Formats: sequence, structure tokens, C-alpha cells
Amino acid sequence: MNPEINEDMTKPILQMNKMSKSFGGVQALKDVSFDVFPGDVLGIIGPNGSGKTTIVNCITGFVKPTSGRVYFKGKDITGKQPHKVADLGVTRTFQIMRPYYSLPAYKNLVIPLFSPRAKRTGGWRGGGRLGNRQTIAIDILEEIGFERDSYIPFKKTSTLPTGYLKRLELARCLALKPEIIICDEVFSGLSMSEIASMVPLIQRLQDEGITIVMIEHRLRELFQVANRVMVLNFGQKLIEGTPTEVMADEKVKEAYFGSEEVEEVMTYA
Amino acid sequence: MEILVYGTINSVSLALMGLGFAMVYGISRVPNFAHGALYIICGFVTWILFHSLGLPYFMAIILSLCVNGILGMLMYRFVLIRVRGMNISEIIASYAIGLVILEGLRFGGFRGMTYTLPAFMEGSLMIGDVPVDYHRIIMTIIGISLVAGLWLFTHYTKIGLALQGMAQDERAALMLGIDSDFMAMLAMGFGAVLAGVAATLILPLGNIVVESGYHVLIMSIAVCIVGGLGSWVGAFFAAFLIGYAQIITVVFIGSHFQMVVAILAIILTLILKPSGLFGHQKELEERV
Amino acid sequence: MSTQELRKERIDRGIKVRSDGLYALMSLRELSYLTLPRFILIAGMISLPFLMPGMYWQRVISIVCIYAVLALSFDFLSHYVGLVSLGGAFFIGTGGYVAGILNTYYGVPPVLTVPLAAAIGGIFCTLMLLPCLPLKGVYFAIVTLMYPLFMARIIEAFDIFGGTDGIVGIDSFSSAFVEQYFVVCMVLIFLFGLRRFVTTDRGLIFTAIMDNDQAVKASGINITKYKALAVFIASSMGCMAGACLTHIYMWSGISQFALDFSILPIAATVIGGAGTLVGPILGCLILVPVSELLRDFGTLRIVFYASILVGFILFRSDGIMVFIQRKYEQFERWTKI
Repeated sequence: MNPEINEDMTKPILQMNKMSKSFGGVQALKDVSFDVFPGDVLGIIGPNGSGKTTIVNCITGFVKPTSGRVYFKGKDITGKQPHKVADLGVTRTFQIMRPYYSLPAYKNLVIPLFSPRAKRTGGWRGGGRLGNRQTIAIDILEEIGFERDSYIPFKKTSTLPTGYLKRLELARCLALKPEIIICDEVFSGLSMSEIASMVPLIQRLQDEGITIVMIEHRLRELFQVANRVMVLNFGQKLIEGTPTEVMADEKVKEAYFGSEEVEEVMTYA
Repeated sequence: MEILVYGTINSVSLALMGLGFAMVYGISRVPNFAHGALYIICGFVTWILFHSLGLPYFMAIILSLCVNGILGMLMYRFVLIRVRGMNISEIIASYAIGLVILEGLRFGGFRGMTYTLPAFMEGSLMIGDVPVDYHRIIMTIIGISLVAGLWLFTHYTKIGLALQGMAQDERAALMLGIDSDFMAMLAMGFGAVLAGVAATLILPLGNIVVESGYHVLIMSIAVCIVGGLGSWVGAFFAAFLIGYAQIITVVFIGSHFQMVVAILAIILTLILKPSGLFGHQKELEERV
Repeated sequence: MSTQELRKERIDRGIKVRSDGLYALMSLRELSYLTLPRFILIAGMISLPFLMPGMYWQRVISIVCIYAVLALSFDFLSHYVGLVSLGGAFFIGTGGYVAGILNTYYGVPPVLTVPLAAAIGGIFCTLMLLPCLPLKGVYFAIVTLMYPLFMARIIEAFDIFGGTDGIVGIDSFSSAFVEQYFVVCMVLIFLFGLRRFVTTDRGLIFTAIMDNDQAVKASGINITKYKALAVFIASSMGCMAGACLTHIYMWSGISQFALDFSILPIAATVIGGAGTLVGPILGCLILVPVSELLRDFGTLRIVFYASILVGFILFRSDGIMVFIQRKYEQFERWTKI
């Protein structure tokens, strides 16, 4: 077990308190509050432009919120610089993938292994000591689905298909031995079979005690892994609850009105 | 009183220098570092037409403005179009063109104090207790009306609106059937003409010397950075800010510091608020 | 015309010289493919002072080396860290003045002033540029373009360090021989040191910052720290070159902040091949002597290298070095179809 994980499962690990953000005149978020408990998989859904990515940016320090606070394990992390937030173990993936295209895939993981946090913790599964960075990088890649004996980890990142790039995004988070991973649409742009192989991966991460916040459009897969779901619409929180509760709610149906996917998921739930 | 009068005049001349640069950057996102060279070349072309060919002064000015505009368009069409979108290459290429023009002129024998243009109107006027010559007054009036005219042009004519559309979103403009390369070429020509207008208005106040090409470039960059790159209205207000600041430092500290003020303004603005006083680009960048 | 059609065929050499980092050396011949160019470069640089006729051309070689170091620092900063600095003159001037002040006011011998100038000047430049590090692209370029002008105006306006006259009476190197070998060795050490450094895993962080700074931030790495480190490396190289320049001319003045020192290294880098590190040195070896030949024509030399610069940016933006490299790694031959 990861010793850094908060043993007290009733205390929220991540809290967002009345967060608002406006860009110029546009209000992207309005008084959004929610708690994430250790071991949770929280799904955040909502139509396009409802402020999902802004939430990620506000938590991880890429955007300074106009008002409101973010707490991580009770400590105020509002407005901290991104690298400091990541150093605490709150990691994120990017919706538009941001690998280092000019480097080979495994070197993409060598970079985060240079961070102070990786040095302290030894990377994913590391016991506090950091070994050879390249070996660890390939180990992580193997666990996340890059075939070790193939040449794929050594290929230039710009030549990899989307599925691998999405995994690389996750792998970058794992290299830091994270406590929370905030996934910004890891399923989007993937084929059905690629998604099918991603779902067990997420479940495995959850089993290892990593708290996960997922921002997603693919409701069906999200409801397989998430134990709580929050719905955003026009920057405001509509409802929060278990997947079944959320799907039964009238307001959600209205926000997603006409969307076939809701129908599909409803029958599934 | 002296500060007020000379501050205004200085500000307007700064605005004239910076307007062309701001216009080109605002529309086509090309930082035209050959701006100073275009300014100087217009002065020399006018001088040649007026003194060597003996054309009437007014004719010479109009012709040299046309020459300048064509030069600007050619520069875009044959050089800058190839490095379009690569900002650093644009800077280096346009700056190198500027160097070629300026140092070429210097090599061609255009140096010393012999090159002057006559003022539009001789004589002077007393404003309060400060003597101001007519030419400076004319310059101020033309400068301000030029800005007003530009504002009307970009807001009420078809080409002006197209230019504005391109400034806001080049790809969207492309989809709406605006030829972005043609518009950028037009913008370059337009910026060159504005540099020429500034030259014909400001140069009669002194000698035409090659060095002032660099000076004009720095000043126009200062004005544009402080006002926010891409916003020519911002550049106009920034010109007043820097203009007065310069005159105040000249009066109270010394004329050595005139340039220091401008450069300090650039550095401080970039450090404190890179989008400038009136710019809005930073916010947009963060949103992506 | 024959009826048989010919086609140009390109074949890679036996050894995959291009596959970065993975060498499979099978024979001495393949080993020589790798080592020969490096050996030629080193031997060439070392023998250059001997080959030059007369004092004047030996002095030119020293100047070439100084520009080469500056171009190297520009190439490193712009193509491996992504900070395009147009202010090479800022580094040269700072280094020159630091060396001049140390030598004349405190009597430090040239052997010590050069490394001291590199350290002190590097720290000074890094501190000055520290607030600008979050800037990107055009903004960083413009602000660095302004710094040397600013320094020159400050020195002029406050009339410090000799004002417009500059600092005179600085010691020269003990002999012409020491001078030339000092600068030649400086170039070679910096070149191979940097090449080594940028391919280490730690050096890759800089490439990562250039590729994608947001992802580096998200990996919990303080990018400002690394950018500052890169600026320190580049600026101390520039300052070292400036200190050498000061001791060669026995003078340091405002003209060390002149645009010449900003634009020529850039031209050399573009011509030689951006991002190759060897390219800039090659560019300097071509540009500086030619511009020395044109010195009699005054400003024509600026026209000359500015127009070459435009030509290369437009028509051969990858530079000479990349071209040579490709020719070296591939055969070309005509084959029948």
C-alpha cells in the first residue's frame, strides 16, 4: 500500500469550495463546490463548454480562479504554481495531448522522473529510491500497455497513434507516484477496442489506491468505473450523486435533451 | 506649458511612427522590423524627387508615398510570405531587410547633414509663452485626423472590415472568402505608406540621417508594446504616455535619458504586463 | 535521349549514423565514419592559427572564435531551450565590461578575469533576464533585443565606466599564441560540452520545455529554474567571449553592445544550420573572414551578411550543415528503371 495515502477515508482528499472563474466577460464557472474522497472515482460530465476543463485548470494551477478555494488534504492550494501542485501529488492529463513529440516515447517519462517528487518517492511503485530513470520509464510504459519487447517504447512520439499518446499522458502522471489523477477526456478520440482496454487500466489504478477524477463525454464507460458523478451545465453544478441517481434526474435529461447516448446509458443503468 | 505643448507634439510624432508598425502587426501578425528603413527610404525618395528631379514638393511627397507602399507590398510578396507564421524568422528576415536598406543607403553615400526637406509652412506661432512653428502644428493636426480617419476606415469600409476580420481570426476570415495573403500584402503596403506619412511629416523638422531609422524602429516598438501588440488604438494612447514621459525626463533630468525612457518602457511593460496596457491577447492565450 | 529512363536513388551508408544514440559499430571503417568528421574539425581548428598568413589574419581567427562561441550560445538557447534571444550583444558587452573593470580597477590578470567575467557576467545577465523568462516567442525576442541598447544608453547617460570613451588600458593576453589557442580551445570545449549536455537525460528537459512547457509544468518540474539555468549557461559563454574580445582589443566600450554582435551570430547560425551546434561555427568561419575582406567598403559588409541571411532564411532555411550531413550519410546514384 502507498503509505502517503490518507488513512482516514472519511476526510475529503480534494475539496473545491465555491469556485468561480470568468474569462473577460464570459463566466466559465460559477460557485462550483465538490469534495473528492480518497479512493473515489468521481466523474464530471456536462455538455461542451460547461466548464469541465476549466475545473481541471483551476485545481492544477494552470488558471487562477476568480474566487473560491481549492483544498488538498485540508491544505489550501489555490493559485499555487502548476509544478508545486503536481509536486503534492495532484496530477493531470491534457485533453489535447501534450507529449514531447521530438523525443522517443520512453524519454517522455524520463522527464517527469527528474522532478523533485519522483526523486522523493522513486516513481510509480518505487520504494523511495530512484533507480535508473530509463529502466523505470520502460517499466511504467510496460505496465500501462506499451509492449516491452517491441520497439514501440523507442519510437518517436510523433509517430505513435492516439491510443498510445493517451496512455502516455496517464503514464506521465504515474511517473510522479500521484495521489490524485485528474483525467481530462482520456477516452475521447479512441476507438471502441482502445477504450475497452483503457477501462480495466483505470480500474487497476483505483485498486491501487489512487483517487481519480474523470472528465468524460463517453458516459457508458464512465459509469462502469465511476462511483460518483457530477453534472455541470453552463458553469454551474446541476447535481451530484451515484450514476443511477444522476441518470434519473430530470434536469440532467433536460441538459442532455435529445442525446441518444443518454437513452442508451439509461437503459444500461 | 512648455511640457504640455512639446509633450503633445512629441506624442503625436511618436504615434505617427508607431502607427504603421501597429497596423501591420495588428492585421497580419507580421512584426515588421523593416519599419524604420521604410521610414528613412521615404525621406530619401522625397528628397531625390524634390531636389534632383525638381518635381513640385507636394507631387514628390505623393509619389514617394506610392513608391513606399509598393516597396512594402513587394517586401511582403517576395520575402515575408515565405516565412509567414514563423514569428522569429519574420523578425530576423524583416530586420535583415531593414539592415540591407539602411546600410545600403549609408554605403550609397547618403550620410552627413546635407539632406533636409523644407517645412510645409514657415513661421511660428505663440501658444501661451511657447513659440511653436507652423509645421509642428500642421503635423499634430494631420496626425490626429489620420488616426480618426483610420478608425473610420477600419469600421465603416469593406476593406477595413475585412482587415479587421483578419486581425481577429485569420482562419475564419479565410473561410469567409477573404484572401488573407492579399490582405496581409495590402496591410504591409498600408503600413509602409503610414511610415512614409510619418517620414514626410516629421523629417522636415531635422536632417534625414540613416541612424534615425533605428531610432524610429525602437520608438515604434516601444509604442506598440506599451499599447499592446496588435492594438493600434492602444498604440495611439501609449504614444501619449511615452511622449509626455520623454519630454518630462528631458526637462527635468537631461536629454540623454530620452531613449532610456522608451527602452525602459518596453522592458517594464513586457515584464509586468506582456499584453500591454490595452491588449487582450494574454487572456486569450490562457484560455486555450 | 535514350529510351531507358534513369532514376536517382538514395542509399543510406552502411552505418546508421542518423539513428541517434544507437550505434552498432562493426568495423574500423564504420568507426571512422563517425570519428573522422570530428577529428577533421578538431585538427582543423587547432591548425588554423598556423595556416593563417600574418598577424592580421591570425587576429581574424580569434574574432571568428569569439563570434562562434556567441553563435553557439544563440543556437543552444533558441533551438534546444526555445528561448530566441536576439541580444547576443548584451552578453558580449557585459562580459567585456566586467573583464575591463576587473582588470583596470582591481588589477586582476587576464587569466583570472576571463573565468571571473564568465561567472559574474553570467549571474548578472541571468538576474536581468529572470523576469522575462515567462515570455514567449516574439516578446522574448524583442525584450532581449532591447537589453543591449538599454545598457549602452545607461552607460552613456550616467557616464559611468568611461562613458562613451570606454575603458582603456586593459592588459592583453601574454602572447598572440596564448590568445589564439585560448579562444580555439574555448570553442572546441564549448562545442563538444554542449553537444554532450543536450543529449543527456537532464539536457532533454530543455528540449521538453521547448516542445511543451505545459506538460513539463504538469510533471512537477519548475521550468523557470531550468530556463534560468539555460540562460546562465548561454550568457556565461557569451560573457567569456566578451572578456576575450576585451583583452584582444585592450579596450571595452559601448560599441560592444552594438547590434553587430546580435545579428552576426544569428546570421551564422541560420547559414550554418540551426540546431546542429556545429553549423554556427561553420557559419562564423565563412561569414567573419568575408566580412573582414569587405571592411574597406565600410557598411557594405553589413549589407552583405544581412542579404545572405535573408537568402538563407528564404531558400535554404536548414543551413549548410544539414545539407552536408545528408550528403555524408547517403549515397546518390543513377539507376535504370
